[in-house]
Amino acid sequence: MTTPAGSVPTVASGVLETAFPTREQYVATVAGYRDDGFEMCADLCAVDYLTHPGRRLPEGVAPERFEVVVNLLSLSAARRLRVRVQVPETDARVPTIFDLYPGVEAMEREAFDLFGIVFDGHPDLTRILMPEEWEGHPLRKDYGVGRVPVQFKEAPGPR
Amino acid sequence: MTEHGDDFFPLPGHAAEAPFLAAETSEGDQELTPRSTTGAGELRREVGAVLRLPEGVAVDPSDIDVERSDDETMIINMGPQHPSTHGVLRLMLELDGETVLRTKPVIGYLHTGMEKTGEELTFVQGATNVTRMDYLSPLNNELVFSLAVEALLGVEAPERAQWIRMLMSELNRVSSHLMWMATNGMDLGSTSMMIYGFREREMVLAFFEKTTGLRMNHNYIRPGGVAADLPDGWEDDVTVICDTVLPRTYEYDELLTGQPLFRQRSVGIGRLSAEEAVALSLTGPILRSTGIPWDLRRSMPYLRYDEVDFDVIVGTYGDNFDRYSIRLNEIRESIRIIRQIVEKMPAGDYRLQDKKVTPPPRARIDESMEALIHHFKVFTEGFRVPEGEVYVAVESPRGELGCYMVSDGGSKPYRMHIRGPSFVNLQGLPLMMRGGLVADAVAVCSSVDPVMGEVDR
Repeated sequence: MTTPAGSVPTVASGVLETAFPTREQYVATVAGYRDDGFEMCADLCAVDYLTHPGRRLPEGVAPERFEVVVNLLSLSAARRLRVRVQVPETDARVPTIFDLYPGVEAMEREAFDLFGIVFDGHPDLTRILMPEEWEGHPLRKDYGVGRVPVQFKEAPGPR
Repeated sequence: MTEHGDDFFPLPGHAAEAPFLAAETSEGDQELTPRSTTGAGELRREVGAVLRLPEGVAVDPSDIDVERSDDETMIINMGPQHPSTHGVLRLMLELDGETVLRTKPVIGYLHTGMEKTGEELTFVQGATNVTRMDYLSPLNNELVFSLAVEALLGVEAPERAQWIRMLMSELNRVSSHLMWMATNGMDLGSTSMMIYGFREREMVLAFFEKTTGLRMNHNYIRPGGVAADLPDGWEDDVTVICDTVLPRTYEYDELLTGQPLFRQRSVGIGRLSAEEAVALSLTGPILRSTGIPWDLRRSMPYLRYDEVDFDVIVGTYGDNFDRYSIRLNEIRESIRIIRQIVEKMPAGDYRLQDKKVTPPPRARIDESMEALIHHFKVFTEGFRVPEGEVYVAVESPRGELGCYMVSDGGSKPYRMHIRGPSFVNLQGLPLMMRGGLVADAVAVCSSVDPVMGEVDR
C-alpha cells in the first residue's frame, strides 16, 4: 500500500476489514485500497452519531458526530472492505473520492443532501433527493420526523 | 425620471434578503447550463463522471461526430411524467437534431424519507417499510433487511426458512424480469410482449398472494425467518408456474429475439464497457452485460445459493440486446433454481424459535402466560439488537441491493441505509445515451430497469 498504512487503525472481524483513517488520510487510504484490487465502491453513506456517541471505536480514533462510511468491493477477490471516516460537526467536510471512483457521484450527493456533509472537490454537489430550496438536512438526528395531527390525542407522539 | 434614484424606495429588508437567499440556494440548481457557460467542473461531471476512468482516459467532449454549434443544441425535458421513464424520472437531454449529447437524470420526485422512517420503526416493523422501496422485487428488500438484522443479532434463520426465502426471492426475480420484459417490449413498440409479460407475472403474483396474503409489499420475510409456512400444495403451484413460464420464454424468443425490428432497436444501442461499468459502480444485469461474471449469488453466496446449480449469464457487448438476453435467460436460470428448491426443500421450522426475536405460535398464546407476554413485547416494544454496524448485500433483480445498518442497542435501527441498485445504475445513463438517438433514449432508459421507489426511497 502506498498509504501511511501503519498509521491508519484497522479492525478485522472475521473476513471483513474496517479502516478508520482520519480526514487527511482518507483519500490516500482509499486510493491505496483501490490499487490493492478493490475496483468498485459499492456504497457510500453517512451516519449521524449525535445521540449515540459512545460507540465502539479502535484505540486512537476520536469519535465525532458524523461518520462517512465507504463500502469497497473487490470483484477479483470477492472481498468487501469498509472505510469509516470521522467528520466533526463544526467542520462537516471531507474530500471527495470522485476522482478514484466516479460512481460515488450520486452517493456523495445523497450524503450531502441528507446530512449536510460537504464533499470538497465534488463536481456537482447539489441536492439530489430533496427539493432544491429545502432547508435542513433530514437524516440528521436533530431533524424531526414531523407529525400527523390525530384527533383526540393529547400527547404529541413522535409521529 | 432623473430623480428615479431618489424616488425609488426599496422594500424593507430587500437588500438584506437577497444575499440570504443566495446563500440558501448556493448549492446550485439542478439545471443543464448552456453549453457556452458550462464550467469545467460541470462538464467533468456530465461527461467526466462517466469518462474519467481510473486509467485516466482523456475526455474529448467532441467525440460525437455531429455538426453543432452552441445555439443549435436544444435542451428538452423527458419526464417526470413521461410514460417511458418507468415512474417519475426526469431526464434532461441536450439534443442536436435527434442526437443526444448530454443527459442529466433528475430524481427525487418520489422521495418519501424511508430511511428516516426506518429509524422510527422497530426491527419488527422495519420489513414493512423497506418492502415498499423496490416495489417490483419487495421480497428482496425484506430479505436484505432481515439478513442485516440477523447479522447484528448473531442468529441465523432455520434451514427451511433459508430455502423458503430463496424460493420466494427467485420467484420474485422471475416476476420482476417478466415485468421488465413487458415494459421493455412496450417501450420498443411490442404491445403483445407487454400483455404476455403481465400475463405470466400474474401467475407468480397469485402464488405470492396465496403464500403471503398480498400481491405486493408482502412483509413476508422477517428477521428470524418468514411470516408463515408455505401453503399446502405449494410444490404443485410452483411447478405449474415453472412449466408455464419456461416454454413461454421460448415464445418470447420467437416474438422478439430474432425479430429484425427488435434487433435494430437494441443491438449496439447503449453500449458500455466493463471499465466504465465498474468505475460507475454499476451492478446487476448491466455489469454482467459488459462481460464481468459478477453475481452475488455466485461470487459471495448468501442463503443456500452455494447448494443449487445455476449459471451466471454474461454478455459481451454491453448493449441493450445483451441486457435483454441476460434478463430473459435469468428467468430460465431462476426457474432452474426453483425446480431444485422444490426438490430440496427441507422440513422444519419456518422461523426461529427464539422468544426474544420472533413471536410465539398463535396456539401457545392461549395456554401460556409467558408466551402472551413475549408476544406482547415483540409487537409493542420489539426486540433489542446488540450494538454494532453491518453491511449486507444481496443480488436483487436490478443489482447489488445493500443494507448498512447501525444499532445502538435499542429496538429500533439507529441508522438504516439501503443501497438501491437502480439509484446507482442511473449514473450510467449519460454515458449509455451519449451519441444515440432520442428514440433510443427510451430504449436505454428501459434497459437500465430503474424502479423509482428504490431510486428515491
